[in-house]
Amino acid sequence: MTTSSSARTLRMLSRENAFYFFTSVGNYTGHRAMSLEDFAHKIGEVEIASLEFHLYRGDFEKWTAEVLEDSELTRRISDLKHLEPVGNALRDQLHFTVSKRLEELKKPE
Amino acid sequence: MKLKNQAISLDALDWKILRALQKNSKQTYSEIGRQLGVAHSTIYDRIRKLEKSGVIKKWTVDIDLKKIGMNHITARMNVYTDPKESDNVAKKLSDAKEVLEVSISLSEELLIIAKVFARDQDELHSFIAKKVAPLQGVLRIRTSIITKKYKEEKFLI
Repeated sequence: MTTSSSARTLRMLSRENAFYFFTSVGNYTGHRAMSLEDFAHKIGEVEIASLEFHLYRGDFEKWTAEVLEDSELTRRISDLKHLEPVGNALRDQLHFTVSKRLEELKKPE
Repeated sequence: MKLKNQAISLDALDWKILRALQKNSKQTYSEIGRQLGVAHSTIYDRIRKLEKSGVIKKWTVDIDLKKIGMNHITARMNVYTDPKESDNVAKKLSDAKEVLEVSISLSEELLIIAKVFARDQDELHSFIAKKVAPLQGVLRIRTSIITKKYKEEKFLI
């Protein structure tokens, strides 16, 4: 990934492009992520039901692909989904996946 | 018809005309006139005045969407907002074609209650996630999809 594409993935987002955490159809928790770093942080805060809802609907992959434009993170989240984690295991693994990618992107080339 | 403390004061004939129209708004002026024992021209004049004064807000038709093959869902959406932004949120919701009704309720917290129309659950979720949650001042949203309706009527005067 080039420095400019890293910067694009790490940028602060507008309200329209932020990730909004729901627990089920139409039920918004009040948590939103305004950047990838914020997303990693919010994974540790939101209800597990919200993480399960979005992972299995493919919402995380859609957001990382379309808004953050990070195909590598999208692939890793997709791989995680195929392992079918639930509960705290899901939170821990998703947090690890996103934090690790965040570190890679922040590292100077 | 007179204005009395902002409310419009109606006479007995106005009330009778409104009741007749609520039962069946397709009736002709002559039919209503015959029922009420007055000339059709009087009914015409009164209805024009009721329209001009805004007592009759609109003439519409109630279509059974299922019968024309339009599958859809409706949901009641409760939007908790920052009190400073509630009017803006309510106005923006009112502009959306997916939203059929918007009201504000002040219970323990300031709450906007809206009735939302969508083709299916995916469309409903997408509308709420993309158009409602990002609005400035929205704190959280609780949505219930309506599964069975027992009654839906306007208040009959």
